[in-house]
This record gives sequence, structure tokens and C-alpha cells, in this order.
Amino acid sequence: MNRVAPPQTPVAVPMVTFENVIKRFGGTGKQPEFTALDGVNMVAPRGAITGIIGRSGAGKSTLIRLVNGLEKTTSGRVVVDGVDVGDLPETGLRDLRRQVGMIFQHFNLLSSRTAFDNVSLPLEIAGMDRKTIRNRVAPLLDLVGLGDKSDRYPAELSGGQKQRIGIARALATEPKLLLSDEATSALDPETTQSILELLKTINRDLGLTVLLITHEMEVVKTIASQVAVIDKGKIVENGSTFDVFTAPKHETTRSLLSAVIGAKLPEWISADLKQAPAEGARALVRLVFFGDTAFQPLTARLVAEIGPDVNILAGAIDEIAGEPYGSLVVSYPADPDTLRRADDFYRQTGLYTEVLGYGA
Amino acid sequence: MAPDMLVSLLWKAFLQTMYMVAAAGFIGSLIGLPIGIFLATSGKGELFPAPTVNKIVGATVNAARSTPFIILVVAIIPFTRLIAGTSIGTAAAIVPLTIATIPFVARLIETSIREVDKGLIEAARAMGATPFQIVTKVLLAEARPGIILGLTLTLVSLVGYSAMVGAVGGGGLGDLGIRYGYQRFMPEVMLAVVVVLIVVVQAIQSAGDMLARHFDKRTRKN
Repeated sequence: MNRVAPPQTPVAVPMVTFENVIKRFGGTGKQPEFTALDGVNMVAPRGAITGIIGRSGAGKSTLIRLVNGLEKTTSGRVVVDGVDVGDLPETGLRDLRRQVGMIFQHFNLLSSRTAFDNVSLPLEIAGMDRKTIRNRVAPLLDLVGLGDKSDRYPAELSGGQKQRIGIARALATEPKLLLSDEATSALDPETTQSILELLKTINRDLGLTVLLITHEMEVVKTIASQVAVIDKGKIVENGSTFDVFTAPKHETTRSLLSAVIGAKLPEWISADLKQAPAEGARALVRLVFFGDTAFQPLTARLVAEIGPDVNILAGAIDEIAGEPYGSLVVSYPADPDTLRRADDFYRQTGLYTEVLGYGA
Repeated sequence: MAPDMLVSLLWKAFLQTMYMVAAAGFIGSLIGLPIGIFLATSGKGELFPAPTVNKIVGATVNAARSTPFIILVVAIIPFTRLIAGTSIGTAAAIVPLTIATIPFVARLIETSIREVDKGLIEAARAMGATPFQIVTKVLLAEARPGIILGLTLTLVSLVGYSAMVGAVGGGGLGDLGIRYGYQRFMPEVMLAVVVVLIVVVQAIQSAGDMLARHFDKRTRKN
């Protein structure tokens, strides 16, 4: 697709900034008041893919809808490309929305329109003439790989194809920001991957900033360079995806992570774990490999340092935000001598470790 | 009755029925459509929020729909005279038929529009659509198959209602059946009227179904 690169605004100015955002629902009449967002502060850097992850009900849908004004804050500010969304009148809001594309979990395509006409819709809404629309839509369909499905109705397309049409539609007005509301949650794993690849390509080739919400760690891990973890209306952890995922601090992050990167201990081990070593107990330690350490034969050296009685209990090797990452749970005797030698070894190598507890 | 006389009577009555159904259906839909759109979009938190007016219009529509048609015909005779210049005859009968059609159409349109997936409204809002664009480009387009079926139902109901306007000299097939078939003991006229009515209703329904199917792209078909 032929497209002029957007004027370079300094990268330091984020595309989206949430400042102390509070959103409450209800509280009038019969419904009890419900706080969906409770003082959210975060930024989505320009040109990056930022993921917001949380369980259902954590407030992420509300959060993303504040960005294009589909919901309004109770207090606090949402600033998109320098503009405070809360200050905009209805007409200004419509202008903003034409610069912010959005894709949805259930695609939200018009069943009465063909793929081509669905992609045309935002352009018709913006008041463009037929000819301009025709010239714009065809390359978009090609971009998402559906140039040959132009005359098909959504009912004739698969889920992944529908989402591709949704993406083409969201890109039609050449937005500067793409919002993704659980865009892959209704798709199977394979289709999810192909949609994520497409989003990554669009981010890279068009320089489009992407803000996505999801409950799937897999999504964030695969494409987001920045991540914010949201729980009960609060951002509990946030930073570069790699930092957050390799050294998760908050309980919610850990439990969300456990499913994807083998961080979860088998039940038979975790059940008997104690916080303090008993006589003859073994220490259970998680070793995390990333960056340089991911490429070194550290397990062999550990064995050489502390003796052969090292047992591997669980582990996984994966990739986060394009970087290799490994997690290994080992156990060894918890006698003072071994523990000291192990600690020395970790200090020398700079290996990230976490003592999980002590067991038999 | 001589067959040629029966045919001529039937033909005249058929044309009267068609005239009344077409005119009342057209004018009634024209007025009922915007009312239906208003009912479907003016609730609390909807596109054109006006909850109080919505409730008043809704109550009026309900009141009109619960009035038995034959009572409506008689009750609005002064109004009919005002509009049509007379309260008797086929043209005059169109007035009560239209009045009865409006709330009927409004409710059917409202239902069809309310069935449109709310996600589509959100998507259109996210594109920067105005409420008016959402109505024309999204709601009416997506509700079209349902609206067509609703209008078909309206026409079929009108064929039935039109049988009652014989009370004010409206003529038509129903009136022919009552006057000749029942009051003059001519069962063959009654039978002929019923057969013609069955054919008419069947034709309207089939045409409506076909049109609705043509516009309905919600399911895959080959």
C-alpha cells in the first residue's frame, strides 16, 4: 500500500496518555455504583504496540473505550496525540474517531454489505466520493490478503477473514492509532497467530501505533513491546513486555503468565512447599534465562559448581517480544554449603533467580 | 348467479380491495416508518435520547393498537369526513385503514431495528458516524429483511381489515362476501371471495418472502 509516512512527532510524546483516570458506572437511581477504573496512569508510546492485559471484568474494555470517547471518564484525563478527549465536543469527537481505527472481538461487520462495502463504510461516513473510495478500498483488501474476496458477504467468510476485513475497515481512514478490543479472542490459535502477524506488519510498515486489550498472555507476548497489567480497575504493573514478563512482581501478572511460559509448578510439588528449610530438605529455585544468559550453558556450570545432585522439575523455553526466554525450576540440597555455592554462582553469572520454597 | 356477473362483481371488489390496501399500506408505512425509527432509537442512552417522548409515543401506539378496528372506523368518522370530504365509500375507508396501519408498522419497524446487533452501532460510532448516519447506513440497512417481512405482514393484515370497511360503504372483497354470500344466501359468492382472498394473501406473502430473502445476507447460501 502506498502511503506517505506520517510527519515525525518526537517519540517522547506518547500517542495515548491516561492521567489518573477514574470511571464509575451507575450510582444513580436503583443501580449501585461500580468503579470500573480506579486511578489509571499509563502511556501508549507512539509507534509501538502496547498491550493491556487483564481478566474479564478488570476494566480493560472500559479503558480502551475512553480513548475514542465511546465512554467518558468520571475524572482524570485521556490525552490522544496531544488532545484531551474529555474536552472535545461531539463534532470534535467524531473527527478524532476518524483518526482512530478500532477492531472488535466479534468483528462487527455489516451482514448486508460485501467485504468491499464494509471497508467503504468509514469512508462513506467521512463523506468521500465513490471514486476516491474505490481507489482506497482495493489496496486495503490486498493488504489484508483478501483482494479476491471483495464481493463476498461476511456470512461467506471465516472468522479470520472477517477480522481481516475488520482490520482493513479500521485502516481505511488512514488512522494514526489502532484500538484492538480482544480482536483475536474469538479465533482459534492458528488464526490468532496470522492476525497477530498482520497487526505486527501494519505496525512496522505503516508506523501505526496500536493499543490492544486482551485476556490472552499469548497475544501480548507475541506482538506487544509494552504491556500494562490491569486488575480490579488498577494498573498493577507496567513497562516493557520483556521486563514485566521475565520478572513479574504482581500476583495477577504471575497467574496470567503461568499458563504460557511454564512458570507453573506441578501440583505435586507446590502442595508440599514450605517457606523455611527443614532438616534434609531441598531448595526449589526458579532460574530465568534471558538476554545473554539464554545462550550460555549455565545448567551444566551450575552442576559443576554445586555438585551433581541437581534435579530439574519443570521448565520451558519461549520467546517474549522477540527475545529468547527460558524458565527452569531446579532443586538441590538445602544445606548451608550448597546454598552458599549456588548464591555465589548466581552472583557471578547475573542469573535471575527466585527461591520458590523448600520441599522434601 | 350468472358466472359473468359473478366475475364482474369479483373483479370490481378485487380492485377496491387492492386500492384500499395499497393506499393505506403506502401512506401508513410512510408515516409509521419514522415513528418506528424514533421508538427504536429514542430510549434512554440511545442515539436520540428522549425517554419521555418515547414513552408517550409508545403509549399512544399501544392505545391505537388495542382499539378494535371496527370501533376505530366508526369513532373517527368526523376525522374521515375532514380528510376525505365524505365518510362513505372506498376512498373514505382508506382513512381508518391508514390510521390502523401506522402504529402497526411503527411497532414492527421498531422490533426489526432493535434486533440489529448493538456491536454494529458501536463500530459505526467508533468510525465517527453521526446518529443520522447510523440510522441510514447501519440500522435500516441491517434491518431491511425484517422490515420487508414486517411490511408484508402489514399488507396481509390490511387485506383482512379491509373486509370490515363494508360497514362504511368501503366495498371490496370482504364486503361482497358478506352482502351476497351471507345476506343474500349465495354460498358460491362467499366461496369465490374466500378463494380470491387466499390467492391474494398468498401472493403478497410470497413476494414479501422472496424480497426479504434477496436482501438477507446473514446466512451463507449458494
